Formats: sequence, structure tokens, C-alpha cells
Amino acid sequence: MSGVAGAKRWYWQRLTAMALAVLVLVHLATMVLAVRGGLSAAEILGRTRGSVLAGAFYSAFVLAAAVHASLGLATIAEEWLRLEGRPARALAMAFGLAVAVLGLRAVWAVVAG
Amino acid sequence: MAAARAWAGYGGARVDAELVVRIWRGRESGEFATYRVPRRESQTVLDVVTWIQRNLEPSLAYRYACRVGMCGSCAMSVNGVARWTCRTHVSKVARDGELEIAPLANLPVIRDLATDMSGFFDKWARARGRFSGAATRRDGFARVDPASSARRAADAGIECIGCGVCYASCDVVAWRPAFLGPAALNRAWTLVNDERDTAGAERLRAVAGDAGCHACHTQGSCSERCPKGIEPTAGIAGLKRLVARAAIRGKL
Ligand code: FES
Repeated sequence: MSGVAGAKRWYWQRLTAMALAVLVLVHLATMVLAVRGGLSAAEILGRTRGSVLAGAFYSAFVLAAAVHASLGLATIAEEWLRLEGRPARALAMAFGLAVAVLGLRAVWAVVAG
Repeated sequence: MAAARAWAGYGGARVDAELVVRIWRGRESGEFATYRVPRRESQTVLDVVTWIQRNLEPSLAYRYACRVGMCGSCAMSVNGVARWTCRTHVSKVARDGELEIAPLANLPVIRDLATDMSGFFDKWARARGRFSGAATRRDGFARVDPASSARRAADAGIECIGCGVCYASCDVVAWRPAFLGPAALNRAWTLVNDERDTAGAERLRAVAGDAGCHACHTQGSCSERCPKGIEPTAGIAGLKRLVARAAIRGKL
């Protein structure tokens, strides 16, 4: 059974990797365009405030990054720090949760704040 | 006898040169001992080890049987790289006339160059590396289309001689002692592509997860080093694909 659970974790990491490939590109393109267009921080905030699109996009970004980082770090902790599977995953999960909380807080501040 | 002596003469005509060979002596702890070996024209690494054992160090422990790349028993680490020594020419691997020969990595050392392969083969069993058929001796021969994609996939992996070179070359094996490793997974891959086999779902369960195909980082050292030109990396990717398909169909 643990084999199947491991397979599931692997697929989640692949799925979030695919999502992140698109999300990161869109994010970078938006940033480059905004900076090149000479937008100030205030102007950018003016556009993101109340934007459902920006909120949804960056929430998805944060969640995908949190899941992806947590799964990847668990593997690194097992293989390089020689932790057992369970504590490695617990540690990585804590990190993933922190990423999710901090990230969503930032999204909230930019969109709703 | 003459032929045997010729082989013991260690790789053809003598060349006016000497090899400096450092060989691991001991078990997990031990040290390298240095030997000087006359250079021959078409000398293999196994020739060198055998010359040392017969002329300088009768107590040297190492393994070989066929000398022609069939049995898979002669693999050692040569200048840091796992190789089948009976088919590795000294001229290809010596650096400045020097060889360093050690037991295969990732396996317990019994003594000198002989490793304990039992864990390696236990993993073949754990990967469900045994054929299970439904036919009896009264049934006719199965007719397998040689051009089918499954048969071709099995063909690509079936020449494994179990030498352990891939296993010794795999970082994931070094990091995760439970990892089944490239050879066992390659064996499982040839069996899931055997249309006569009936243990497919069970085998996919056996090779899924952190000790199985999903632990592979696709670094490809196994494919790079396999003396038979097998690509376990490709088979492992195939297993990941089949496990996903089985999971989607609820058959895992
Ligand atoms: S001695 Fe048999 S493969 Fe080398």
C-alpha cells in the first residue's frame, strides 16, 4: 500500500510541476511587461486590488509551489539527510504549510488589502 | 592446457611496459595494495587480476566464470567506474599505466573484490521478477508477435546478465537502501511486457512508490554503464507510465 501512496506523491509532484511551468512563465512575463511599461508599485497595486483573476492566479501559484516544494524537500531530506520517510515528510509538510500560509497572506494583501 | 596457459599468459604478446595496479584488500574496512604487472597487448582487467592472484597474491578473492561476458560474475569497480572486467581492455581504462580495482559499490564486501550479491537478487524477487503463467504443459506454445510493441519493449531489456554494474552505478541505490534498483526494475519491465504473464497488477504494485520506480531520478547512470547496452532508465519510465494507467483504471 505504501507503494501506491508513494506513486500518488510522485504524480502530485509531476502535476504541480506542470502547473508551475505555466504559472512561472505567465508570472515572469507579467512582471517584465509591468516593469518595462514603467508601472509604479502603486499603479500595480491599483490593478491587482479587487482583481479576481490576479487573486485566483496567485493563489494557484502559491498552492502549487507549496505542494511541489513539500514533496521535493521530503525526497531530499530522505536521500541526503538520511531521514526516515515519515519524519522527512512531516518536516517537509511543515515547510509547505508555512509557504502556503505566507504566500496566501501576501496574495490577500495585494488583492484585498 | 596450452589454451588455458595462454589465457593465464594474460592477454597476448608481452609489451615492454608495466602496469601499476592498486587492489582493494579486506572487507568494508581494508586498504589498497599495490602490485606491478607486466603489460600485454590485449590484456583485460580480469587478466590483470588473475595474473596477480596466480603470481603474487594467492589469497586474493574475486569472482569470474565465463570470461566472455555472459555470466555477469566478474564486475568490479575499475578506476572508480563499475565494469565487467572480462570484457574491459586495460588500454581503454588505464590512466598513465595505473589501475585501481575495487569491489562493486552499493554491495557489502565479502572479501577483497568479491561482493555479497544476495541483497541485489532479493530485490529482483521483491520486484516480482518471477514469471507467472496460466498455461500448462498440455497447452500449445504461445504465439507472440515479434513486431508487437510489448515484445519489442521486452526484447530491449531481456539480455541482462545480472552483473550488478547498474546497481553499483546508481546514486538512488546509495541514498535509499530499500530502492529496488535498475536491474530488478528492468526485469519487472520485461515481465509486464510479456503477454503470457498473469501477475501484472501485483507486479505493478510491487514496483510502485518510494522503493520502486517512482524513486528514480532519471539520472541514467545505469543506462550509461550497462555493458549490454540495456536502458533501465527507459524501462523504469515505462513502469511509471503503466502504474499511472493502472491507477486511473482502478487496478492498482
Ligand atoms: S566472467 Fe562472465 S561476464 Fe565476465
